[in-house]
Amino acid sequence: MLTNRKFYLSGLVVSLFLAGVISFYASSSPDGLEKVAEDIGFIQTAKEHTNSKGTLADYGVKGIENERTSVGVAGVIGVVGTAIVAGFGFRLLARKPKKDRN
Amino acid sequence: MHIPDGFIDVQTSAIFAGLAAAGVATALKGARTQLDEKTAPLAGLTAVFIFAVQMLNFPVAAGTSGHLLGGALAAVLVGPWAATLALAVVLIMQGFLFADGGLTAIGLNVFNMGVIGVWAGYGIFLVLRKILPKNKSSISLAAAIGGLLSVPAAAVGFTIQYAMGATATFSVSTVLGAMVGTHVLIGIGEAFITGLTVSAVLASRSDLVYGWKNNVQKLEIRSAN
Repeated sequence: MLTNRKFYLSGLVVSLFLAGVISFYASSSPDGLEKVAEDIGFIQTAKEHTNSKGTLADYGVKGIENERTSVGVAGVIGVVGTAIVAGFGFRLLARKPKKDRN
Repeated sequence: MHIPDGFIDVQTSAIFAGLAAAGVATALKGARTQLDEKTAPLAGLTAVFIFAVQMLNFPVAAGTSGHLLGGALAAVLVGPWAATLALAVVLIMQGFLFADGGLTAIGLNVFNMGVIGVWAGYGIFLVLRKILPKNKSSISLAAAIGGLLSVPAAAVGFTIQYAMGATATFSVSTVLGAMVGTHVLIGIGEAFITGLTVSAVLASRSDLVYGWKNNVQKLEIRSAN
């Protein structure tokens, strides 16, 4: 049994490593839905994403030329952002109205 | 699996935005009773892990890739209600920050991955947990198979949306066959990631795993009778 601290820290480190480092090696082939849409022929009904020019669009940081760094930094931002939103959100949700209730 | 804007018409997208919102609202209620201060951090970590692993597209067949959806994984780790919420957080982050999944399609995507994926995976997990021997390996195996089948289930979700409101006119059965066929293959990757992750968490902190705790509790109740 790992202590809470060790367990959550390792989970976070693994996630940062996957999103920050390993993500560069992810397959760039179309995903299942895109491939089906290409093969059958409805891919062109897709519209450009509203935020397609956004700073983090398509998991890259605008302005960072090096692709490895760009996707890695985007991944780290995503992990930290998700940790903040989900971390606080779930904590708030789990808070019981009375402190003495267990 | 992230639907872009344009595939599905606005009316159908609006219907599914409503369904997804209802699903999330119900999940908020359910998760409030299921989560406590001990398990809430795992729900947060589950969302984080799913975000990270969803970036890792793996090749499946002939120029096709897939990535973890994570519905079954989340449901086994933190329960189905918190799982829907975790997926919703991930999908909203991806849609708004990373331009992955259309903004008008968020309801479609939350419904397919956060509701269908979660409940299909969790339902299969529950059935298998009942049949399999009561040990940790069975929990990982049941989670893996739940994961495997949750992916084509989510693909069927897309096909239903396509049938209701596709902007294209190709036959629904063609789309169904192609979607399910491709996503069974992606499901194999989902099964591996789900099984490995669940067994890693079981090995380090089984006391936090919803699908395991819950099972042990039930056994205790039975033996007391």
